[in-house]
Amino acid sequence: MDPVAEPWPWYVAGPLIGLFVPLMLLLGRRRFGVSSSLRHICAATVPAGARYFRYDWRREGLWNLTFVAGLVIGGFVAVRIIGHPDAMSISDATIDSLSRLGLTSFDGFVPAEVFSWKNLASPTGIVTMILGGFLVGFGARWAGGCTSGHAITGIAELQLASVVATVGFFLGGLAITWLVIPLLL
Amino acid sequence: MSYQIQEYATDVERTRFAPRQMAVYLLMGILFGIILTKSEVVSWFRIQEMFRFQSFHMYGVIGSAIAVAAVSLWVVDRMEVSPRQEGKSMLGRGVKAVGIRHIAGGSVFGFGWALTGACPGPIYSLIGAGAPIMIVVLISAVGGAWVYGHLRSSLPH
Repeated sequence: MDPVAEPWPWYVAGPLIGLFVPLMLLLGRRRFGVSSSLRHICAATVPAGARYFRYDWRREGLWNLTFVAGLVIGGFVAVRIIGHPDAMSISDATIDSLSRLGLTSFDGFVPAEVFSWKNLASPTGIVTMILGGFLVGFGARWAGGCTSGHAITGIAELQLASVVATVGFFLGGLAITWLVIPLLL
Repeated sequence: MSYQIQEYATDVERTRFAPRQMAVYLLMGILFGIILTKSEVVSWFRIQEMFRFQSFHMYGVIGSAIAVAAVSLWVVDRMEVSPRQEGKSMLGRGVKAVGIRHIAGGSVFGFGWALTGACPGPIYSLIGAGAPIMIVVLISAVGGAWVYGHLRSSLPH
């Protein structure tokens, strides 16, 4: 089967992702990171008097907003032009674990049973999509970065602060996965 | 020993819009979005797999990304790649202070990461990849950033 349409293995994707750190630096003197886009969106739309949003977002952030627009297009290209299988290549163990918790459909990038417009009216949907999204944005900005800014760029810079942030990411994620997800599904 | 990437608006970007430079960033974003999607990093299922330790995939992605990025920065530093703008070096030196923000903010982010199965990059790419419901997650994330921006003076950092 066409190797490009198949899911890409970690040893291809990981190094390519890592190359974006020197690439953004050499091409634009920019520090690679995605969560600052959330700040720029706030500054550009509803700063509402907060000092945190009072800065020249066009000069500091237009590059980043353009980049994330590219992310949206990239997702489209990957699925519609390159192509991707309907079902993710996840391990049987994961399918088993999630089945035990009640999931039945494993097609698509996200579980359709959880991530649906209809589900926005249910507690599971509200917690997963709205509270979850809120925590991603709040936490990333509080920590000063997300997986791209801290886990990849920050650790590549050998910054202990980023190692600590990444530890936080994992502790938080593990707590939810093991303690909350079973209750939600 | 620790680096600090020094951002410096290129001459071209000082004009604020710089379409050709923005085209470069757009292309970079498209490529990155393709990579994230094709490697399934954007998948909620993959993130669950990661937090359940049921596959090496996500650890391999993140680990090899860090390794390649770290070596690249070392190479950039060693080659003393000449910065074309006013003699300012691309890699400063210095250790950033570790604060409560890193562990606390990090944990809060982690809660959201496990719930949504996505960090910011994947949220954007999923919208393009056929999951427009993620727009709700994006708006919520912007909301979270907004609330943070207004509460931050009361939060420990």
